[in-house]
Amino acid sequence: MSIKVRFFARLREEAGIGEREIPFQPGMSLPEVWQRAGAKGELPEAVLIAVNMEYTRAAVTLKDGDEVAFFPSVTGG
Amino acid sequence: MRIELRAAPFDPYTEIAAYERAALKHGQFGATACFVGTMREFNDGSPVSGMTLEHYPGMTEKHLQAICDQAGSRWVLQEGLVLHRVGQIALGEAIVVVAIWSVHRGDAQDACRFIIEDLKSKAPFWKQEQLQDGKRWVSNNTSGYEFREQKLRS
Repeated sequence: MSIKVRFFARLREEAGIGEREIPFQPGMSLPEVWQRAGAKGELPEAVLIAVNMEYTRAAVTLKDGDEVAFFPSVTGG
Repeated sequence: MRIELRAAPFDPYTEIAAYERAALKHGQFGATACFVGTMREFNDGSPVSGMTLEHYPGMTEKHLQAICDQAGSRWVLQEGLVLHRVGQIALGEAIVVVAIWSVHRGDAQDACRFIIEDLKSKAPFWKQEQLQDGKRWVSNNTSGYEFREQKLRS
Protein backbone atom coordinates (compact mmCIF):
# COMPACT_ATOMS: atom_id res chain seq x y z
CA MET A 1 0.00 0.00 0.00
CA SER A 2 2.10 2.90 -1.24
CA ILE A 3 2.23 5.95 -3.49
CA LYS A 4 5.22 6.87 -5.61
CA VAL A 5 6.02 10.60 -5.38
CA ARG A 6 8.29 12.34 -7.88
CA PHE A 7 9.73 15.85 -8.00
CA PHE A 8 11.23 17.45 -11.08
CA ALA A 9 13.55 20.34 -11.98
CA ARG A 10 13.67 23.21 -9.44
CA LEU A 11 11.30 21.39 -7.07
CA ARG A 12 13.56 18.29 -7.12
CA GLU A 13 16.53 20.47 -6.17
CA GLU A 14 14.62 22.37 -3.47
CA ALA A 15 13.17 19.22 -1.88
CA GLY A 16 16.42 17.30 -2.29
CA ILE A 17 14.29 14.36 -3.46
CA GLY A 18 13.81 12.91 -6.94
CA GLU A 19 11.56 10.01 -6.14
CA ARG A 20 10.16 8.47 -2.97
CA GLU A 21 7.55 5.90 -1.91
CA ILE A 22 5.20 6.91 0.90
CA PRO A 23 2.53 4.78 2.64
CA PHE A 24 -0.92 5.05 1.05
CA GLN A 25 -3.78 6.13 3.27
CA PRO A 26 -7.35 6.27 1.91
CA GLY A 27 -8.56 9.84 1.51
CA MET A 28 -5.11 11.41 1.52
CA SER A 29 -4.96 14.72 -0.34
CA LEU A 30 -2.28 16.06 -2.68
CA PRO A 31 -1.10 18.69 -0.13
CA GLU A 32 -0.68 15.80 2.34
CA VAL A 33 1.30 13.81 -0.22
CA TRP A 34 3.51 16.87 -0.77
CA GLN A 35 4.28 17.15 2.95
CA ARG A 36 4.63 13.42 3.70
CA ALA A 37 7.07 13.05 0.82
CA GLY A 38 9.32 15.55 2.57
CA ALA A 39 8.83 18.75 0.55
CA LYS A 40 9.17 21.96 2.53
CA GLY A 41 6.19 24.11 3.53
CA GLU A 42 2.69 24.11 2.08
CA LEU A 43 2.03 22.94 -1.48
CA PRO A 44 2.40 26.17 -3.54
CA GLU A 45 -0.50 27.04 -5.85
CA ALA A 46 1.78 27.48 -8.87
CA VAL A 47 3.12 23.92 -8.68
CA LEU A 48 1.88 21.63 -11.46
CA ILE A 49 0.65 18.19 -10.42
CA ALA A 50 0.30 14.97 -12.40
CA VAL A 51 -1.31 11.77 -11.15
CA ASN A 52 -0.36 8.71 -13.18
CA MET A 53 1.18 11.06 -15.78
CA GLU A 54 -1.99 13.14 -16.33
CA TYR A 55 -2.30 16.75 -15.20
CA THR A 56 -4.68 17.10 -12.29
CA ARG A 57 -6.07 19.64 -9.84
CA ALA A 58 -5.70 19.55 -6.09
CA ALA A 59 -8.98 17.71 -5.34
CA VAL A 60 -8.42 14.17 -6.57
CA THR A 61 -9.09 10.75 -5.00
CA LEU A 62 -5.83 8.85 -4.83
CA LYS A 63 -5.55 5.07 -5.00
CA ASP A 64 -2.97 2.61 -3.77
CA GLY A 65 -0.14 2.40 -6.30
CA ASP A 66 -0.71 5.85 -7.84
CA GLU A 67 2.24 7.92 -9.03
CA VAL A 68 2.09 11.61 -8.06
CA ALA A 69 4.48 14.11 -9.62
CA PHE A 70 5.09 17.73 -8.60
CA PHE A 71 6.85 20.09 -10.98
CA PRO A 72 7.21 23.77 -12.01
CA SER A 73 5.93 25.33 -15.27
CA VAL A 74 7.25 23.44 -18.25
CA THR A 75 9.87 25.03 -20.51
CA GLY A 76 10.57 22.68 -23.42
CA GLY A 77 10.78 23.41 -27.12
CA MET B 1 3.78 10.26 -36.98
CA ARG B 2 7.06 9.63 -35.23
CA ILE B 3 7.77 11.08 -31.80
CA GLU B 4 11.22 10.62 -30.35
CA LEU B 5 13.38 11.92 -27.52
CA ARG B 6 17.13 11.95 -28.18
CA ALA B 7 20.03 12.22 -25.76
CA ALA B 8 22.58 12.74 -28.58
CA PRO B 9 22.90 15.73 -30.95
CA PHE B 10 21.27 15.44 -34.38
CA ASP B 11 21.20 17.39 -37.61
CA PRO B 12 17.58 18.54 -37.99
CA TYR B 13 17.65 18.82 -41.78
CA THR B 14 19.16 15.36 -42.26
CA GLU B 15 16.47 13.95 -39.96
CA ILE B 16 13.65 15.71 -41.83
CA ALA B 17 14.95 14.53 -45.23
CA ALA B 18 15.51 10.95 -43.98
CA TYR B 19 12.02 10.74 -42.48
CA GLU B 20 10.46 12.11 -45.65
CA ARG B 21 12.25 9.46 -47.75
CA ALA B 22 11.26 6.65 -45.36
CA ALA B 23 7.66 7.55 -44.53
CA LEU B 24 6.24 9.39 -47.56
CA LYS B 25 5.78 8.71 -51.25
CA HIS B 26 6.47 11.36 -53.88
CA GLY B 27 3.20 12.82 -55.10
CA GLN B 28 1.42 12.10 -51.84
CA PHE B 29 2.04 15.50 -50.26
CA GLY B 30 2.15 19.09 -51.46
CA ALA B 31 3.33 20.96 -48.39
CA THR B 32 5.98 20.54 -45.71
CA ALA B 33 6.13 22.85 -42.71
CA CYS B 34 9.10 22.67 -40.34
CA PHE B 35 10.07 24.28 -37.09
CA VAL B 36 13.60 23.90 -35.70
CA GLY B 37 14.40 25.24 -32.24
CA THR B 38 18.12 25.85 -31.65
CA MET B 39 20.21 26.48 -28.54
CA ARG B 40 21.33 30.14 -28.54
CA GLU B 41 24.05 31.92 -26.60
CA PHE B 42 21.88 34.47 -24.76
CA ASN B 43 18.61 34.52 -22.82
CA ASP B 44 16.94 37.16 -20.62
CA GLY B 45 19.94 39.47 -20.96
CA SER B 46 22.56 36.90 -19.87
CA PRO B 47 25.15 35.00 -21.90
CA VAL B 48 24.37 31.27 -21.77
CA SER B 49 27.08 28.66 -22.35
CA GLY B 50 24.99 25.49 -22.35
CA MET B 51 21.79 23.90 -21.19
CA THR B 52 20.43 20.75 -19.60
CA LEU B 53 16.98 19.52 -20.54
CA GLU B 54 15.22 17.46 -17.89
CA HIS B 55 12.03 15.57 -18.69
CA TYR B 56 9.51 13.20 -17.12
CA PRO B 57 10.08 9.84 -18.84
CA GLY B 58 6.77 8.34 -19.85
CA MET B 59 4.64 11.45 -19.31
CA THR B 60 6.62 13.47 -21.86
CA GLU B 61 6.12 10.90 -24.62
CA LYS B 62 2.46 10.43 -23.65
CA HIS B 63 1.74 14.15 -23.89
CA LEU B 64 3.64 14.61 -27.14
CA GLN B 65 1.53 11.78 -28.56
CA ALA B 66 -1.68 13.41 -27.31
CA ILE B 67 -0.69 16.77 -28.88
CA CYS B 68 0.08 15.06 -32.22
CA ASP B 69 -3.21 13.11 -32.07
CA GLN B 70 -5.10 16.38 -31.53
CA ALA B 71 -3.31 17.94 -34.52
CA GLY B 72 -4.20 14.87 -36.61
CA SER B 73 -7.88 15.16 -35.75
CA ARG B 74 -7.98 18.91 -36.37
CA TRP B 75 -6.08 19.14 -39.66
CA VAL B 76 -5.60 16.81 -42.64
CA LEU B 77 -2.03 15.57 -42.29
CA GLN B 78 -0.02 13.02 -44.25
CA GLU B 79 2.84 12.57 -41.81
CA GLY B 80 4.64 14.21 -38.91
CA LEU B 81 7.96 14.08 -37.11
CA VAL B 82 8.64 15.43 -33.62
CA LEU B 83 12.21 15.08 -32.31
CA HIS B 84 13.21 16.60 -28.99
CA ARG B 85 16.58 16.61 -27.25
CA VAL B 86 17.05 15.71 -23.60
CA GLY B 87 20.17 15.93 -21.42
CA GLN B 88 23.15 18.23 -22.01
CA ILE B 89 22.84 20.56 -25.02
CA ALA B 90 25.63 22.70 -26.50
CA LEU B 91 25.33 26.10 -28.23
CA GLY B 92 24.02 25.83 -31.76
CA GLU B 93 22.57 22.36 -31.37
CA ALA B 94 18.98 21.65 -32.33
CA ILE B 95 16.64 21.32 -29.34
CA VAL B 96 13.47 20.40 -31.19
CA VAL B 97 12.23 19.61 -34.68
CA VAL B 98 8.57 19.60 -35.71
CA ALA B 99 7.98 18.67 -39.35
CA ILE B 100 4.51 18.21 -40.85
CA TRP B 101 3.63 16.94 -44.30
CA SER B 102 0.19 17.64 -45.76
CA VAL B 103 -1.60 18.09 -49.06
CA HIS B 104 -1.93 21.85 -48.62
CA ARG B 105 0.15 24.51 -46.85
CA GLY B 106 -2.56 25.71 -44.49
CA ASP B 107 -2.96 22.38 -42.73
CA ALA B 108 0.81 21.82 -42.56
CA GLN B 109 1.60 25.29 -41.20
CA ASP B 110 -1.26 25.41 -38.71
CA ALA B 111 -0.57 21.91 -37.37
CA CYS B 112 3.17 22.66 -37.06
CA ARG B 113 2.42 25.83 -35.10
CA PHE B 114 -0.14 24.02 -32.92
CA ILE B 115 2.29 21.23 -32.05
CA ILE B 116 5.21 23.49 -31.11
CA GLU B 117 3.01 25.89 -29.11
CA ASP B 118 1.31 23.11 -27.16
CA LEU B 119 4.59 21.23 -26.70
CA LYS B 120 6.06 24.37 -25.11
CA SER B 121 3.09 24.91 -22.80
CA LYS B 122 2.17 21.30 -21.87
CA ALA B 123 4.90 18.71 -22.43
CA PRO B 124 6.93 18.12 -19.24
CA PHE B 125 10.41 19.38 -20.14
CA TRP B 126 12.50 21.78 -18.04
CA LYS B 127 15.49 23.82 -19.22
CA GLN B 128 18.36 24.65 -16.91
CA GLU B 129 20.84 27.14 -18.37
CA GLN B 130 24.55 27.28 -17.59
CA LEU B 131 25.64 30.89 -17.02
CA GLN B 132 29.04 32.45 -16.29
CA ASP B 133 28.31 32.45 -12.56
CA GLY B 134 26.19 29.34 -12.07
CA LYS B 135 23.00 27.72 -13.26
CA ARG B 136 19.44 28.98 -13.74
CA TRP B 137 16.14 27.19 -14.31
CA VAL B 138 14.25 28.81 -17.17
CA SER B 139 10.94 30.09 -15.87
CA ASN B 140 9.40 31.61 -18.99
CA ASN B 141 6.12 29.99 -19.74
CA THR B 142 4.07 30.12 -22.92
CA SER B 143 0.34 29.78 -23.00
CA GLY B 144 -0.25 27.36 -25.85
CA TYR B 145 -1.89 27.51 -29.27
CA GLU B 146 -5.47 28.33 -28.24
CA PHE B 147 -4.43 31.26 -26.06
CA ARG B 148 -2.42 32.71 -28.94
CA GLU B 149 -5.30 32.24 -31.41
CA GLN B 150 -7.74 33.94 -29.05
CA LYS B 151 -5.35 36.86 -28.57
CA LEU B 152 -4.98 37.29 -32.33
CA ARG B 153 -8.78 37.30 -32.76
CA SER B 154 -9.44 39.85 -29.98
